[in-house]
Amino acid sequence: MCLAVPGRIVSIRGEDPLIRSARVDFGGAVKEINLAYVPEAGVDDYVLVHVGFAMTVIDELEARRIYAELCRAAGIEPDPVHAEVLA
Amino acid sequence: MIRKDYRRKLDVKNGRVELAHGSGGRAMAQLITELFHPALDNEWLREGEDQATFEVHGGRMVMTTDAYVIAPLFFPGGDIGSLAVHGTINDIAMAGARPLHLAASFILEEGFALKDLKRIAESMAAAAREAGVAVITGDTKVVERGKADGVFISTTGIGMVPPGIELSVARIRPGDRLIVSGFLGDHGVAVMSKRHDLAFETAILSDSASLHGLVAVMVEASGDDLHAMRDPTRGGLAATLNEWAQAAALGVRIREEAIPIRPGVAAACELLGLDPLYVANEGKLIAAVAPESADGLVAAMREHPLGRDAVIIGEAVADEHRFVQMTTEFGGDRIVDWLAGEQLPRIC
Amino acid sequence: MAEYRDGRLARALARRIALEARAPDGYHFMEFCGGHTHAISRYGLEDLLPQSVRLIHGPGCPVCVLPIGRIDTAIRLAERPEVTLCSYGDLMRVPASDGASLLKAKAAGSDIRMVYSSLDALSIARREPQRQVVFFAIGFETTTPATALAIRIAARERLENFSVFCNHVLTPSAIQNILESPDIRELGRVRIDGFIGPAHVSAVIGSEPYAFFAQEFAKPVVIAGFEPLDVMQAVVMLVRQINEGRHEVENQYGRAVRTEGNERAKADVAAIFELRKSFEWRGLGVVPYSALRIKRPYAAFDAERRFGLEYVPARDNPGCQCGAVLRGLKHPTDCKLFGTVCTPENPMGSCMVSSEGACAAHWTYKRFRDCERPTVTSLPA
Repeated sequence: MCLAVPGRIVSIRGEDPLIRSARVDFGGAVKEINLAYVPEAGVDDYVLVHVGFAMTVIDELEARRIYAELCRAAGIEPDPVHAEVLA
Repeated sequence: MIRKDYRRKLDVKNGRVELAHGSGGRAMAQLITELFHPALDNEWLREGEDQATFEVHGGRMVMTTDAYVIAPLFFPGGDIGSLAVHGTINDIAMAGARPLHLAASFILEEGFALKDLKRIAESMAAAAREAGVAVITGDTKVVERGKADGVFISTTGIGMVPPGIELSVARIRPGDRLIVSGFLGDHGVAVMSKRHDLAFETAILSDSASLHGLVAVMVEASGDDLHAMRDPTRGGLAATLNEWAQAAALGVRIREEAIPIRPGVAAACELLGLDPLYVANEGKLIAAVAPESADGLVAAMREHPLGRDAVIIGEAVADEHRFVQMTTEFGGDRIVDWLAGEQLPRIC
Repeated sequence: MAEYRDGRLARALARRIALEARAPDGYHFMEFCGGHTHAISRYGLEDLLPQSVRLIHGPGCPVCVLPIGRIDTAIRLAERPEVTLCSYGDLMRVPASDGASLLKAKAAGSDIRMVYSSLDALSIARREPQRQVVFFAIGFETTTPATALAIRIAARERLENFSVFCNHVLTPSAIQNILESPDIRELGRVRIDGFIGPAHVSAVIGSEPYAFFAQEFAKPVVIAGFEPLDVMQAVVMLVRQINEGRHEVENQYGRAVRTEGNERAKADVAAIFELRKSFEWRGLGVVPYSALRIKRPYAAFDAERRFGLEYVPARDNPGCQCGAVLRGLKHPTDCKLFGTVCTPENPMGSCMVSSEGACAAHWTYKRFRDCERPTVTSLPA
C-alpha cells in the first residue's frame, strides 16, 4: 500500500515533538509535513512522506549503493557518483 | 441648497453586493455604470441598451456558451474573470474561427465584496482587450447569501469561420499526427494549490490564455491538412483523446516521453496521487494534422508565444476498440483510460 | 529518484532476469502492496519480464479489503446532522450497499469532507467546535501511525468533538491467511514461490516480521521499493534465492527500510491500539487478529463507542471472484463479471474498487491485451 513520496526538508519549525513540522519540497511542490516520527531529521534531509507525515529519513548513501548494485546486476557501469559508494 | 441628482457613489472599497443590486432599479444601474462599464468599456456598452446591435458579413458563424463556477475565484495566473474570456474564446477558436463578440452574465451572491467584483471585472476587461474582443452586452442577477459561490459567470461568444476551413473530429484519419501546443497540467495544479483541503506552495501559474492568435497561425500554415483541434480543459489530455477516439471510431497511440510536463506539475501530481494526463489546461490545444504537414505545423506554432513548446506526441490509428494507448518511458505499454468522474487525490 | 525509473537500466535488468530465471517450472511471485500493483501496471513491468516470471497481485489495497458494511456504517454516521465525516479521497466513490457512496451521501446533504491527512480532520474539529468531527481511518501499518498521532494530539488538547472510526488492518495477518488457505497449503492449486514485500508498510514495521513466513512456509521474501527499478531488482533477488534454494528475508529497499522499522511509530500504535479478535476482510472473509481497535484509555476518541455504531455485514455479488483473484487463484479475466457488469465505474467487488485492485489495474492499464492486436490500416475514404 501506499503512496509515500520522497521530499527534501527546506525548513523546520516547532519545538514540541508531537507537532514539530517542516516545509518539504517534492520537486517544485512544497507542503507542510509533520515530523513527529522522524525526530532525527534535519534541514536538507530527504524524507518519505505519507498522508502528511514523514515516516522515515531516506539514507542517501544507501540509495546510491543500491543504485550502483542495480547497475552492476544489469551489467552496466554505474556513473562515478554512484560507483564510489561501492568501493 | 439641495443638490439635484445627488447620489452617493458606490463604495467599492468596503461595500458588498446587496439584493437591490439585482432588482432592476437604481442600485443595479449604479452597479453597472460605476463598476462594470468603466472596466469593460466599449461603444456598445456606452449605448446603455439591453442588447447590442452589429452587422453580420456572410459566411459561416460559430456560437458557444460556457458557465464558469470555479473555486477559488482567484488563483495563481488568473481568476474567474479572465478565465471566462479565455475559455469562451478558445471554444470559438477550436473551430478555426475568429472570435467577434462576447456576452457575459453574472450571478452574484449577496454579501460578495465589491472590491473583489471590481478586480474580476477589470481582469475580464484586460483579457478581452488583449484578445481584441469586446464584451458587448451583459446581465446581472443577485441571489441570496449562500446560494452562489461568490460569483458565477456565464459567457457566450460568436465567431466567423474563414472560408475553406473545416475542423471537425470526423476529419481525423489514421496516420494523422497529434500535436500539443505546450506544457500540460499547469492550470489544474495552480488551482488545486489554493484549495484549502489540499493547499501546497507552488510556483506553477495557470496557463489560462486566448488561443485564437495561435490558431490563426496554424490555419495559415496547414490549411486543409489541419483536420481537428480541441482544448483539453476538464479531464485533461486523456479526456480529449478518448473523446476523439470514441467520436472518430479510431485508436490513439502516444509516447509518454514526448508529452511536455513541467517538473513542478509532476511533483504536485505525485504528492496528491494524480496523473497529469487528467489535469485541466486552459491555454493549450491538441491538433490532428495530416502526417506530411506535421513538422511544418510544429515549426509554425513554435514561432508564436503560445506555441513555443509545441510537439508531436503521437498519432491516430485504426482500432475498432478505440483505445488510447501509451508507450511509457519505461518501454511498456498501457492504456490511458477514460475516467468516469473527476480524479480524486489518493493515499494508496 | 528519477534514476529508479531509468528505462535503459530496466531493459538491461530484464535481460539479466531472463538469463537467470531458468527453472523449468517458472517463478510465481506475489506482491501485496498497492504501490507495487500500481507501479507494475503503470510502467508496464510485466511486459519486460520473461514468460517464466509471473507476478500475482495479493490483497495489498486497504480500500479494496474494507467490507461494504463498514462504509454503510460510515454513511449512516454521516447522516446524523451534527456529524462531520472526514475521509481520504480514495473512499469517496467506493460503492456501498444499495448503490450508496460517500460522494452520493455528500450530494444528498451529509457533511462529508475529503482530507489529505488526519491532522486536517483535527484542524476542522478545532475550528468548528459545534460539529462532531469523525475521522474515517483506514490503511495498513503505514497509515496507522498518522491516526495514532491525531488521537494523541486530540487527547492532549482535550478536543472533545473529535473521534476516529477505526478500520486499520495488519499486513502479516493477510499474508498468513493467504498462505494457510487450503488452495495453497494442501491442494497446491496456487503456486506462490516467493513474496515481494511491501515498501512502506516495511518502513514502519521493519523487515523482521517477515522472518516467520520465510521460515514457516519456506518462501523467500524480498522487500522492494515502489519505483519500477526497485521491483525489478527485487525480482532478480527472488529468482536468485529460488535458484540457490534459499528462503530468507532480504531488503532491497535499504534506503528507507531498516530491520527494526520506525520504533517511535510502532510504539505510538501499540499505545493507542489493540488487536481485534477478528475482522471481516472483503474478499478474504473473516480473518482472526488482523485488525486494530482503539484501546480503552482512549475510548473517548473511539467513534464506535461514542455513537454506539453497529456493524451489519453486507454481501458481495455472488458472481464476484475477488476472493480467488486476491489469492492468486484466478486472473481478473477469469471472472464472468469482469468487464461486463463489473468495471471501475460500477465495481462489484474489492478487486475493482480502487485503482490498485488487481482487476482495476488490469482494466485501467492492460485490457488492450485481451483484444486482438490493433493493426494500422486506412479507413475507407
